Amino acid sequence: MKVLVAVKRVVDYNVKVRAKADGSDVDLNNVKMAINPFCEIAVEEAVRLKEAGVATEVIAVSVGGKACQEQIRTALALGADRGIQVETESGVEPLVVAKLLKGVVDKEQPQLVILGKQSIDGDNNQTGQMLGALTGMPQGTFASEITVNGEKLKVTREIDGGLQTLSLSLPAIVTTDLRLNEPRYASLPNIMKAKKKQLDVLTPADLGVEVTRHLTQVKVQPPAERQAGIKVEDVAQLVDKLKNEAKVI
Amino acid sequence: MDSSHSEELQLLRRSVAEFVDREIRPHTMEWEQQGAVPRELFSKLAALGFLGVRLSPEYGGGGQNFWFTAALVQELVRCGSIGVAVSVMAHAEFATMLIQRGGSSALQDKYVRAACAGRMIGALGVSEPDAGSDVAALRTRAVRDGDDYVIDGAKLYISNGTIADYITTAVRTGGPGHRGISIIVVPGDCRGLTRKRLRKIGTHAADTAELHFDHCRVPAANLVGAENDGFRLIMAGFEGERLVLATIACSHARLMFEEARKWGHDRTAFAQPLLGFQVWQHRLADVLTRIEAAQTLTDRAIDQYVQGNEAASLISMAKLYATEMALDTARECAQLYGGLSHMEECLMGRLYRDSLALTIGAGTSEMMRGIIARANDLTA
Ligand SMILES: Cc1cc2nc3c(=O)[nH]c(=O)nc-3n(C[C@H](O)[C@H](O)[C@H](O)COP(=O)(O)OP(=O)(O)OC[C@H]3O[C@@H](n4cnc5c(N)ncnc54)[C@H](O)[C@@H]3O)c2cc1C
Repeated sequence: MKVLVAVKRVVDYNVKVRAKADGSDVDLNNVKMAINPFCEIAVEEAVRLKEAGVATEVIAVSVGGKACQEQIRTALALGADRGIQVETESGVEPLVVAKLLKGVVDKEQPQLVILGKQSIDGDNNQTGQMLGALTGMPQGTFASEITVNGEKLKVTREIDGGLQTLSLSLPAIVTTDLRLNEPRYASLPNIMKAKKKQLDVLTPADLGVEVTRHLTQVKVQPPAERQAGIKVEDVAQLVDKLKNEAKVI
Repeated sequence: MDSSHSEELQLLRRSVAEFVDREIRPHTMEWEQQGAVPRELFSKLAALGFLGVRLSPEYGGGGQNFWFTAALVQELVRCGSIGVAVSVMAHAEFATMLIQRGGSSALQDKYVRAACAGRMIGALGVSEPDAGSDVAALRTRAVRDGDDYVIDGAKLYISNGTIADYITTAVRTGGPGHRGISIIVVPGDCRGLTRKRLRKIGTHAADTAELHFDHCRVPAANLVGAENDGFRLIMAGFEGERLVLATIACSHARLMFEEARKWGHDRTAFAQPLLGFQVWQHRLADVLTRIEAAQTLTDRAIDQYVQGNEAASLISMAKLYATEMALDTARECAQLYGGLSHMEECLMGRLYRDSLALTIGAGTSEMMRGIIARANDLTA
């Protein structure tokens, strides 16, 4: 079984982002970039499937500028077998990414596509679902556990108030939630192997997709600064403050 | 930087950084209180190939050059406790590289293999109560007796001393001076070996010990290299050790700088952030400039070393400059923290006290200046 994993280059989760002075975007100058944490979980799951003898090949695909090859290499160092970069400018909207991924799916014919449920930069939570619609493949989003059983895939989903279990027919799409697994660290031997693994570069034209824009980012601004809190002396003071200062009771 | 391996080095740095985030930083306070890192740290690092980075692939090592060791060290230091990197390096680099460099294949098969796998922990025992800088004056004696050596003497300030399973030990087998010194691997469970952990004022996460050898009987096959050829091996080992110390110093200083910069933005006095005062802008600008200078010098020394060129003078300069710079940086950054820098709970305070051993270990600043002077025709 071939598994396709989508990985995205995003600002490292440790970085405290700032808006550009002109409010046009987040300031990415000199900012540490990393693989999106949910995508890393997707890679880990695929590699585990391979180690369990369920998957035969794991392909990591990323859509973006040349810099995203770094994240593909990270996926290769974690155990993916080969990589594909679909070359676009960065910041392409979810629908375009989904169309490009559909192109890769058509080309590679994977039995399973694993994506992060969202990326921590845009928090869109759309690409996996759109890919489901475009390919007509069944989808199990927010997965916290997956099991392959012959032609079926059991997906446990995290939903409000509990867990839901779905049975999907392969080929299928899964998007990962945080609790699906804990990704490994890339080992030195695997890091050394990563560079020798195949990494193909495709253009949107190769996949017959036209990159168009339906969304325009109007403004990016930081959240309002919060005032420092205080320690109240007793309950009476708390009630007084809630009543007279915060005016919430 | 090693441009031919830049991608791999970046991946390594990232992987070690994640490991530090999840497996080390949350425990550093606990390890500092215990006075040592736990054994599992070694096995976890070994499983990822991080212990044997520079050790021979034949015995399970990674077979990479020093740039990879430097990348590992840089990230380990960012856990905020120098002792962690010291302990790992005392094992992988100090104690074990020496066995790899001079040891028989049987010795390497036993100790280098176990070291890469994290099954055994190593220590390097050179310094003694009466011989520190003057290595050639060491007194611990090993006398040949049939198929064994019998060792008597003492070692002091030995990193990993109490937790080590083997101690790569410098002993006197011949006459006085540097021509009478040999290296012998002493098993940690050797009869007659007693060890005591020392209480220190910094580097708390590294176990540092005093060792006593009282008629310790060790197989003659544990001799590393030829008898009385030990001094040369120790000096060759010092090059790697000093590069490790220079690398630790640069990364440690950078961490202190980053902490100070954050504090300078957050802390206010006289109704403005500390970094609103030009004096602090300039002092931290100087700090950063010196960090970059030390890093550049260290990188150049590593480059020469990795290429196999004569590098003793440059390595000494890097060790000297980077460690003195780290100490200066500690003072500057602690000053910006005010009273908080004196508190155990404050990372900056702990980083400050950890800086103190850097200009001492693996050869003092004075010894470094001596080497530089001799290598550059400065002696009369
Ligand atoms: C945290 C820590 C970990 C260590 N780990 C190890 C280890 O794992 N293995 C090991 O073998 N050792 C270890 N050491 C010991 C270290 O290598 C020695 O402390 C160091 O070499 C200095 O020796 P000394 O302490 O005996 O000082 P001394 O040699 O007594 O020197 C005292 C002072 O005199 C100066 N001095 C000495 N000779 C001269 C001279 N000719 N000209 C000018 N000044 C001179 C020195 O520079 C120094 O300032 C460690 C030390 C520390 C602090």
